Amino acid sequence: MHSNSDETDVAIEISDLTVAYQRKPVLWEINLKIPKGSLVGIVGPNGAGKSTLMKAMIDLVPKVSGQVKVLGGAVASQRHKIAYVPQRESVDWDFPASVLDVVMMGLYREAGWFWPMKPAHRERALAALDQVGISDLAQRQISQLSGGQQQRTFLARALVQSAEVFLLDEPFAAVDAATEQSIIDVLRQLQAQGKTILVVHHDLHTVPQYFDFLVLINVRAVAWGPIEQTFTPENLKKTYGGRLTILDEVTEAMRRNAVR
Amino acid sequence: MFWYWQVDGWIALAGTLCAIACALVGNFLVLRRLSLIGDAISHAVLPGIAAAFLWSGSRSQFVALLGAVAVGMITVWLTELIRRFGSVEESAAIGVVFTALFALGIMMVSRAEHVDLDPSCVLYGNLETIILEMVPTPLGKMPLVVVELACICCFNAAVLAMFYRQWTLSTFDPTMAQAQGIPVGVFHYALAAMVAVTCIISFRAVGNILVVAMLIVPPATAYLLCNRLAPMIWISALFAGIAAIFGHLSAISLPHTIGFKSANSAAMIAVVAGLLLLLAAIFSPKSGVLVRWLAQRKLSRRILGEDILAFLYRESEVSAPALATVSIQAIADRLKISLSPLSNAGRDMMRSGYLTSTNDGWALTPDGYRHAQNLIRSHRLWEQFLSMETGLGDHRLHSQAESLEHYTSSELRSQLDRTSGSPSIDPHGKQIPPES
Repeated sequence: MHSNSDETDVAIEISDLTVAYQRKPVLWEINLKIPKGSLVGIVGPNGAGKSTLMKAMIDLVPKVSGQVKVLGGAVASQRHKIAYVPQRESVDWDFPASVLDVVMMGLYREAGWFWPMKPAHRERALAALDQVGISDLAQRQISQLSGGQQQRTFLARALVQSAEVFLLDEPFAAVDAATEQSIIDVLRQLQAQGKTILVVHHDLHTVPQYFDFLVLINVRAVAWGPIEQTFTPENLKKTYGGRLTILDEVTEAMRRNAVR
Repeated sequence: MFWYWQVDGWIALAGTLCAIACALVGNFLVLRRLSLIGDAISHAVLPGIAAAFLWSGSRSQFVALLGAVAVGMITVWLTELIRRFGSVEESAAIGVVFTALFALGIMMVSRAEHVDLDPSCVLYGNLETIILEMVPTPLGKMPLVVVELACICCFNAAVLAMFYRQWTLSTFDPTMAQAQGIPVGVFHYALAAMVAVTCIISFRAVGNILVVAMLIVPPATAYLLCNRLAPMIWISALFAGIAAIFGHLSAISLPHTIGFKSANSAAMIAVVAGLLLLLAAIFSPKSGVLVRWLAQRKLSRRILGEDILAFLYRESEVSAPALATVSIQAIADRLKISLSPLSNAGRDMMRSGYLTSTNDGWALTPDGYRHAQNLIRSHRLWEQFLSMETGLGDHRLHSQAESLEHYTSSELRSQLDRTSGSPSIDPHGKQIPPES
């Protein structure tokens, strides 16, 4: 299942990654390589560390150990090539901002943190809104958006970042069918442009239909590789079934002993 | 009322500057759901001042400032620590930290024998006596307090303006901000430090209570009125200024009119700010009580109006002439509604051209007939759909459809029609009219 591709074709390379919350491992010894231009599903049961894996990739959570390379370099030097879309519920949608304001946030880095935005930036933000199909909502206050429209707004904000690598945390959670379809359409367009897209996903039914590369994760990386090799009953059973009970027990014991 | 520019002008100016300085940073406290942190820091700076004084032995403002900044940051840090390791919610952690720090401050103050910190001054400030301490400036002699407040006001405005995008992004979406390489933690602590500095500068003029009020109330008022961040900040500063000026005005004019001797200006400023918040809560076009009440009233009038149309349509189904006139009393009896709201709703429908009024009562116009036909169509499609999908009893079917019909667009109707297989009659055997 390990792809032996050339180094230059690797978008993300993770070696020996371990992340722990209060001494309990959330991710344990993750090693994987994601080839450039793939549309990757990160799949696993609740609490398996899917979101944490994504956050650890871009240094949003502290690592116990391990290394992540994005497009051959350390994350800190590649931030301008990475667009991250957090979970929709992680922000306060009552914030006083219009849809266009939120999309423009994706351009802050490029436009400079201080200088005024140029009309060209505004055009690009509007074009991104058009691409996700909500250009008519540009001036709408964000508190008035439906869940699907919120997710589209976030996707538009990622699109304007002209990134090479896109990380989306549960973009399909609680959105309507039309939104889900248009998000996956946009992701496929990005893939056609050679971008690498990682998506935390939890609906097993749509996995083979949406993705061409799969990371099955349950604290450990159970399997990873092209979808046709990894999306197998045995792998799914390993991921969702026998919950690696021995490892669970030993870590629980470690935690109990540590907390006196 | 006696307004002396030499005195009241300076007091109003000091109040305004203080209110604006507080409101500027307060916006981000309110948006970060950290309103209580403002309260906490304003109390916790006391041990900061005391420690700075005990340690350095000087009463210089600068040392006190350093102490306040340190304690402001410690407050935020301790709160975060307790929240994380004590597994308690944020407000509980804040409650623990600031009361403990405040108590510590009181102890330190009472230990230091030659500290003259007057508790009432800490609470209410001393806006009335600021002109006693004048300093020369390039613009002429000014009260020291005014100079200090002008400095902190400009400082806060400058820091917010220079890092406006960082403040915005790290407030709205801290994870994304972090992913973009913004040091989110630095901004968090910087906000705490700015609140602490603002508090300590404002203390002498307006005291603790007004600082807390000015940090939170004008931004909260602006939040009710604004849809975007930049206007919210401007409006909060404007309201802060209005509250300061009108607060002082009423402090010198009101007491005489109601027979009191005097009122504290700082307290009156807080009162006016509170009144502005109340007005905003009532009249806000975004979420105000009044707007919601009006919308509710409009909706219930529309529903009643549509009920009249639907009733007249049903009458026309059984009696011969399609646009028959029915007496208003008969409609009122049938819809179980008194005459006055009925005639209001009827007038609305006449204005929309759906109803005509004759001596005998009301009749549908051709337009009204078409509108009513769609309502009845919605009603019966819903009954059919609900009976197919849910198997509700007949009585429940009717009452559900009765409320749903008023919210059903023609798109929704055609969708209902398709999913129920284009039925021609409803569960009660009544004809479902075609779309008009």
